[in-house]
Amino acid sequence: MRLRCAWAALLFLLIFAPSTLAAEPKFPTLTGRVVDDAGVLSAATQSQLTDMLAAHERATGQQVVVVTLDSLQGFTIEDFGYQLGRHWGIGQKGTNTGALLIVAPKEHKVRIEVGYGLEGTLTDAQSRTIIEQSILPSFRSGDFNAGILNGTQAIIQVLGGNPLAGESQSQPVANSAEVPWGFLILWCLFFFGPWGIFIFNWLRHHNDPVWQAQHRLALVSQRGSGGWSGGSSSWGGGGGGGGFSGGGGSFGGGGASGSW
Amino acid sequence: MRLRHFRALALLVFFGLVLSGCNVNKLPTLDEQVKAAWSEVLNQYQRRSDLIPNLVETVKGYAHQEQTVLTQVVEARAKATQMQLPADVLSNPQAFHEFEQNQAQISGALGRLLAVAEAYPDLKSNQNFLALQSQLEGTENRIAVARRDYILAVQDYNTALRTYPQRWIASILYPDLKIRETFTISDQAQQVPQVKF
Repeated sequence: MRLRCAWAALLFLLIFAPSTLAAEPKFPTLTGRVVDDAGVLSAATQSQLTDMLAAHERATGQQVVVVTLDSLQGFTIEDFGYQLGRHWGIGQKGTNTGALLIVAPKEHKVRIEVGYGLEGTLTDAQSRTIIEQSILPSFRSGDFNAGILNGTQAIIQVLGGNPLAGESQSQPVANSAEVPWGFLILWCLFFFGPWGIFIFNWLRHHNDPVWQAQHRLALVSQRGSGGWSGGSSSWGGGGGGGGFSGGGGSFGGGGASGSW
Repeated sequence: MRLRHFRALALLVFFGLVLSGCNVNKLPTLDEQVKAAWSEVLNQYQRRSDLIPNLVETVKGYAHQEQTVLTQVVEARAKATQMQLPADVLSNPQAFHEFEQNQAQISGALGRLLAVAEAYPDLKSNQNFLALQSQLEGTENRIAVARRDYILAVQDYNTALRTYPQRWIASILYPDLKIRETFTISDQAQQVPQVKF
């Protein structure tokens, strides 16, 4: 009887041990730039954060995501953080310019997880300073909204973007006075030959529905032939949060953690 | 005559299918991934090693009476830097474990140093020390990630090398590929220096 129990236990171990060794945490879905899995953020804070982060991405191309976790599922926040960053692919592919602000209210842990490409600007020491000075004081008094807002602001400040002032500048350029049309014509002709004239016209009129209707056929064929990928408005164009996705960046454990 | 032509063609198609089906490029790809992961491990250990002189100097300024701990750190670092890594370190168990043990000694000595630093309030509030401490923490974390990535890369590679059909392919095309060493999990090396605030 005893032997049988031992065998059963061994069998159980053999079957389940490898899977527990390689166990990955269960990650929340990336629903936007702010993922409030723990439900500690007010709607106002969420939209404010989303606007800030979207403006920052428009200005610099860097993706910063704020996430509150319901549970760390028994992992350390360092262990959870880099895997979450990789899972979501925050930051641009190749340059890995992404960062996460992770808050686990239940475990009283907070972490700034920095992608490979931002480790030089958002250093470990800087991350620690942000956590100690901007985030933890509010968290200690139980105010997650203020702590996360201050922390995100500080992160963006350190990263060099200035989202509040930069919002109007980073809109797509629509002012023809600032565009060097002459140079553009030459450039288009040089690189695209006869198609250049068309591309040049497209650059001038692509916001004009009448012109688009007239040239729909040409536009479609151009797109089909791979003239451009048409991805210019995938993120951040209008509302910011909708349709947000990671750019494929990777993480290697940079950043700092804190607890309260 | 025509039949022979047909046979040659069929044979060619057959081998083409077999080769592409077996994925002859799999092992070299995995091998390169192991090498890249290993470089990252070395890179992060080097980064830690570079932080140590500065840390030792800073601590010395406030806690010079802690000579033994300081000396241990310096000696552990010297031992690790002096070790010449042989070219085949990844498939040489002895060299690999020596490397791992040297790094584990640094981890242990650093842990003691940081524990000792707790007793000096001036040191603990020194800006330079705080910055170094967070860098060290971050580096230990990066080391942990790099080691894990390496372990996973080696796992993929070794599994491919020991199972069919890659085992046949290796014996025919890549006889020089060997099983790679990997880190032992339940080692002192897994212990990260405890940094308390």
